[in-house]
Amino acid sequence: MRLTLRETLLAFRRAPLLSALSVMTIAFSLFSLGLFVLVAVNIRDALQQVEERVEIRAYIADGTPVEALAAALGDIGAFPEVARADGISQEEALERARSELGEFRDVFDAAFLPASIEVRLKPGFRDPETVGAVAARIRTYPFVDDVRFGEEWVRKLYNIRNLATAAGVILGVAFAAVAIIIIGATIRMAVLARGREISIMRLVGATDGFIRRPFLLEGLAKGILGGILALALTYFAHSLISRTLVATRFFDERIIIAGIAFGALIGLLGSAVSVGRHLRRV
Amino acid sequence: MIRFIHVSKEYARGGLALDDVSFHIAKGEFAFLTGPSGAGKSTILKLVYMEELPTEGDVRVAGVHSGSVRRAEIAQLRRKLGVVFQDFRLLEERTAEQNIAFALEVTDAPRASIGTKVSRLLTQVGLSSKANALPRELSGGEQQRVAIARALVNDPFVLIADEPTGNLDDRATRGVFQLLRDINAAGTAVLMATHNLDLVRRSDYRVIEMNRGQIVYDSAEAAADAVDGRSTPA
Repeated sequence: MRLTLRETLLAFRRAPLLSALSVMTIAFSLFSLGLFVLVAVNIRDALQQVEERVEIRAYIADGTPVEALAAALGDIGAFPEVARADGISQEEALERARSELGEFRDVFDAAFLPASIEVRLKPGFRDPETVGAVAARIRTYPFVDDVRFGEEWVRKLYNIRNLATAAGVILGVAFAAVAIIIIGATIRMAVLARGREISIMRLVGATDGFIRRPFLLEGLAKGILGGILALALTYFAHSLISRTLVATRFFDERIIIAGIAFGALIGLLGSAVSVGRHLRRV
Repeated sequence: MIRFIHVSKEYARGGLALDDVSFHIAKGEFAFLTGPSGAGKSTILKLVYMEELPTEGDVRVAGVHSGSVRRAEIAQLRRKLGVVFQDFRLLEERTAEQNIAFALEVTDAPRASIGTKVSRLLTQVGLSSKANALPRELSGGEQQRVAIARALVNDPFVLIADEPTGNLDDRATRGVFQLLRDINAAGTAVLMATHNLDLVRRSDYRVIEMNRGQIVYDSAEAAADAVDGRSTPA
């Protein structure tokens, strides 16, 4: 291990320019991927916020007994798709209307707005079919006059979300593939630059495993360094965008760790493949 | 120790390099491989240290058979033989001492023993004062001595030398050749490919002459034939 570490450090020291170049290439490949993930994460956040506003509103007939309403609220609240169900009395509806439509507040002075049940759904149950099915079940209560959930709007939102997910997956895979190819080529270059050294090592009886180890460590180190650098660049871009264009959310720890691990993995695999191919040839 | 049995080697793009070659090198023997360029000398050496494997026939080196050898065995085999080349093949960024030590390190030799062994070898090849010189700071002859020292680190049973004096002037050639003789005198077999007929003539070692992939003359066989009375009278 000591020898592997020494050989790895030597490789960095002997070809600092080439090493820096590979780290930079890895960093910029991951940076472009990082930027894409940043955009994807923020679009997903924005859509999620909009999605949270998906609600079903059931209007209650005048004169419905309070007990029946409370029982229905309990029932609906226990539906597996439902996150919460709130009863809105006529007075509350009036109060809300007044606060939402400030300048017309004086217009509302009588209790002409119906009482209602406001239902919010759990994440994953906000697609048009589920929303429609829950609405239909609520409609079966005899005291429910009408159920509304903005069907058209829910459908459009759902389509946009699906489109964003599909685009995200396809572009994400494409960006990752480009990063893998570029990083693989960079590492291959580093391995080829040391082809002579590899052949000498084989000549004096080094095993394939022994030859491979410093390259794997080097690839791993370059991947991690590139990942960290890419993260710094992405953070810089994020701050710039947040300051000048639109407030965005940066990655959480999970994505940060996954990003660096991705860099490390590509570095490691790229080295393993390149050295393996090279060793098979000599 | 080294035995070629009806060995042929054909390269995918280079054609037939060896054509039904058989010979045996005994323990402690010194043998020259001579012949024009492209005669198959280097191919024979590559087959000995198993950088190439024969297309037909069998190469046997220290109990390792080319027909059944695995990659890991090749690495082990190379630790038992030393190889030197015309172009020295030293690691440019490492000193003479580090080049020699490197060959021990790759075999996981105990660290404590490396230093002593390296300085003993440097003394043996007459370079103890140049331990810290980089290859580019050494003359051709000195670089070849470092390469020979590196080839000797694992106490090989045979030293394989591919035109070791090809890049050297007369004086350096004589020095390197004397070193090879000393190594042989100490018990290590030497198989040396060379163009330098002067060296061949000045010594009475075995000569295997190659041409177009075949052995056209082997002094050992000629001597045996003479003893058997089968030689053609001149």
